[in-house]
Amino acid sequence: MEQNQPLRFFNRGPSPAVRLVFFALLSLLLVFVDVRYRYLESIRSGLSIVVYPLQRLVAAPSKLWHEVDDFFSSHNSLIRNNVELRHQHTLDSAKLLQLEVLKGENQHLRTLLKVQQRADYPMQLAEIMYVARDIFNRKILLDKGTQANVLAGQIVMDDSGIVGQVTRVYPWMSEVTLITDKDHSVPVQVLRNGLRAVVFGSGDAGELALSYLPVSSDIQNGDVLVTSGIDGTYPPGLPVAKIIHVEHDPAYPFARILCAPIAGVDKRRQLLILSALLKFPERPEGEESATDTPENGERRGQ
Amino acid sequence: MSDRIQQDQEFQLPVNRVFIAASLLVALLLNWLPWQGIWLAFRPDFVALVLLYWCMHKPYHVGISIAWTVGILADVADASLFGQHALAYSVLAFSGIVFYRRILMFNLHQQALQIFPLFLLAYTVYAVVHWQLHGNIPWEYFIGSVVSALLWAPITILLQALRRPRAAPDQT
Repeated sequence: MEQNQPLRFFNRGPSPAVRLVFFALLSLLLVFVDVRYRYLESIRSGLSIVVYPLQRLVAAPSKLWHEVDDFFSSHNSLIRNNVELRHQHTLDSAKLLQLEVLKGENQHLRTLLKVQQRADYPMQLAEIMYVARDIFNRKILLDKGTQANVLAGQIVMDDSGIVGQVTRVYPWMSEVTLITDKDHSVPVQVLRNGLRAVVFGSGDAGELALSYLPVSSDIQNGDVLVTSGIDGTYPPGLPVAKIIHVEHDPAYPFARILCAPIAGVDKRRQLLILSALLKFPERPEGEESATDTPENGERRGQ
Repeated sequence: MSDRIQQDQEFQLPVNRVFIAASLLVALLLNWLPWQGIWLAFRPDFVALVLLYWCMHKPYHVGISIAWTVGILADVADASLFGQHALAYSVLAFSGIVFYRRILMFNLHQQALQIFPLFLLAYTVYAVVHWQLHGNIPWEYFIGSVVSALLWAPITILLQALRRPRAAPDQT
């Protein structure tokens, strides 16, 4: 196309086609390196320092809107909230007392049994800066990063259950892959009967899929799934999802099971980051557990 | 008649590098607004629009290299793979530079029709990279290319109006 131009008085450098080939190859190389290796993480976090103030700037209007909204929330609703919370608090503190007793008892029993103690997980509060702007990924960015000792692989939850996992950490931000992301999976257990399974994201906000369970498996609508803790990434016993649809079709080897996340994956503004990564004893040689696939949510993070 | 005026104006309008950079920055910020749910599917790619505008109207000032750089910034902010946006924007800039003489002959409405395949191409490049790595394509992603093409005329009018020198009398 460029040859059609009659006269070229000035040297404009290489033609557009040459440039396109150069930059296309460069981008493909970057994509390849980014997928295969982790050399580019430092460049990415360096560039994120440039981008960070701009992102804050863009997030400012919606933040301001929320603050104004909070300010004008009516007297009535505040009173109602207060009463509800007080009620909840009384109930909870009663339960908490029981919990203390149970914890003591549990600890005692565990020392008796010489079982590894279950650790408490220190957690820190973080606020969502951004929800996914990319239709391909279910990701959010939190306002805590390496400055607040956040590490890739840590678990993010809200007050009711698991929300996702930190997959990338920047100086002042961290990127969380939600459990609804298509590439994310969580090893779970059915609370009712202890059946182990793996829950996969579907790329849809309110849906998870429970794959690779045989048609005959004992699963019902309304069953609660909690993390099994077998992967060593997710601590055991945290609620993940609730079964909403079970389809036993003998034509397929596996049952088609859908579940909805329990945590408000797309609703909250504040989330908790569990600060401790579990430490597992070394896996003995030649003894592979075949039941659970390894966690692949941290495919790139780790 | 009106397209005639548009072409005549093109070389009369001053080139202001600061203005080009500012318009690209504003487009990036618009892309980074917290779009959610159904709005995310309908979100036009403002960066692609503004880049294409400059590639067609000032092909010697804004080219593939600038498109690539902007794409890298978009990749960092979007947490997508390094080079994914950069590749799509490079292809878009190239197509803009190759076809600008032909497309600028038409009036604005016809231009939008001519522009749509270019957006579709850039969107497809992005989606194909995703598909190769993840094995799935969310089809609602392509709605964005239609919305972007529909926004071509308003964005062109807006940028032309902003570029026109203040003191000069209105020619239209």
